Amino acid sequence: MFQRLTRERQLSLTIFIDGTATPARHGDTVAAAMLGSGYVACRTTAVSGAPRGPYCLMGVCFDCLVKIDGDANRQACMTTVQDGMRIETQRGKREYST
Amino acid sequence: MIVASALRDRYDVAVVGAGPAGLAAAALCARAGLACALFDDQPNPGGQIYRGVTNSPFDRGTVLGGDYWSGESLVCAALGSGAHYFSGASVWGLLRENEIAVSLGGSTRQIRATRIILATGAIERPFPIQGWTLPGVMTAGAAQILLKSSALVPTGRVLLAGCGPLLWLLAWQYLNAGVRLHTILDTAPAANWRRALRHAAAFVASPYMAKGLRLMFDVRREVRVVPGVVEIAGEGGGRIGAVVYRTARGRSERLAADMLLLHQGVVPNVNLAMSANIAHRWSEGQLCWVPRVDSYGSTTVPHITVAGDGAGIAGAEAAEARGRLAAIATIRALKEEFPVGELERAARQSLDRYQRGRAFLDCLYQPAPNFRRPRGDTLVCRCEEVTARQVLETAALGCPGPNQMKAFLRCGMGACQGRFCGLTVTELMAEARGLPCAEIGYYRLRPPVKPITLAEIASLPVDGAAVKAVARE
Repeated sequence: MFQRLTRERQLSLTIFIDGTATPARHGDTVAAAMLGSGYVACRTTAVSGAPRGPYCLMGVCFDCLVKIDGDANRQACMTTVQDGMRIETQRGKREYST
Repeated sequence: MIVASALRDRYDVAVVGAGPAGLAAAALCARAGLACALFDDQPNPGGQIYRGVTNSPFDRGTVLGGDYWSGESLVCAALGSGAHYFSGASVWGLLRENEIAVSLGGSTRQIRATRIILATGAIERPFPIQGWTLPGVMTAGAAQILLKSSALVPTGRVLLAGCGPLLWLLAWQYLNAGVRLHTILDTAPAANWRRALRHAAAFVASPYMAKGLRLMFDVRREVRVVPGVVEIAGEGGGRIGAVVYRTARGRSERLAADMLLLHQGVVPNVNLAMSANIAHRWSEGQLCWVPRVDSYGSTTVPHITVAGDGAGIAGAEAAEARGRLAAIATIRALKEEFPVGELERAARQSLDRYQRGRAFLDCLYQPAPNFRRPRGDTLVCRCEEVTARQVLETAALGCPGPNQMKAFLRCGMGACQGRFCGLTVTELMAEARGLPCAEIGYYRLRPPVKPITLAEIASLPVDGAAVKAVARE
């Protein structure tokens, strides 16, 4: 788990993680906001269904893939949070939708 | 948001990466009057070392240390230089005729630059142990990124494991921030000292020595450090729950853990350079691939230069100097009248100073073979979930190198494009076949070096000739 050294009032944004309203700091990446709110895992793998969470936080490992505003397989560590953003954790491989 | 339409069709220089090398290179090129684009895939400039320095959650204080804040002036100089800075811009290909394929804001463009400076920096060396894919296990670099950019610190029972300067720096920064670390599992092999001592005289003159000793002294006073760790395994179901380790003296222990932070050095991020057919060599000192470069970073591809840790690990200050040297070579080629003699002397002086004693650190923190060449069902490829046993079996079947192995196992074909398995695979196959790594080689890398969507490719502006090339009569 992670906790913030900054004060609560800095958490001025709200994002929704699997439907749950979650506070975030302006400038957080989606991955940071998730880890800061207790989400250690963010998906299960397409190959074996094993749980995974952010590993490198710098865009290299692709383990932090989540669905962001309906768009699957986005790197949570490379996406900056926006107020009202909708994040969904992923299970297995993404489904194709039109 | 910066969008692709803000790009010009042509620049004199394109710099890829806004860490110390890229920032220094772009600033100098722009100062010389060259039209310069600076592309960076992160949301803010600074690279990983100065990550978040322009929008830090911290007041200038003692948590991160003084060296971190020195990045601010470097960022300001680059942003004020006239270089066009594009954040969130992912360069995914260096194509024929000086073309650069870059995606930003959801669409992609192909632009041209007369010269290209690659400053793609370093990535964490793979640390393939049992359980390294469990949620709650992260690289030390990742934990430091969370600290720098979001002031997030781990709670509960936090274990650090591995070796290298970053591990100690992170522990020291955590102490400053009031974080209680449970244990540090030190994997630096005792035998490394003997080899490192040959380079000790040079290291004594390095600016890093006093800083390093201070860090380690402070950390050791506060945190339990277990030396000589030769085996580590993470255990847990949905996330890390415990860490089991064994020391060279045969002591073993099982520790409950909420977080495990791993680090065994950093290696050049070579994917873009390799995909551009720049020749690379295997570095026996740093156990990784490095591009073949001259003292300016010029490569075997005439219009491309590599600067900073992407051309071999030497640290942030050296990267800055190497960025300037790459810019100087570029300016000499494109803007002969701009005087660079004095700048070059200063850059070389700084580079000498910060590279002094690097061999000492390389030897001292060279990761042990068993942490580089795993066995059994330890995952080598995180993306496609391929084990060490599978890679070794394929080698035993007669697979000569990583590219043939990949066809059997899909190892290296996942989204990270080999960045977290490639070095492990080269070393495993070299060992299995009894050949040097240089002979085993590496994955053949091709653009796109970052996954991009079809929608991004479809956004490329299309001219009449392109339509004619594929249209049916």
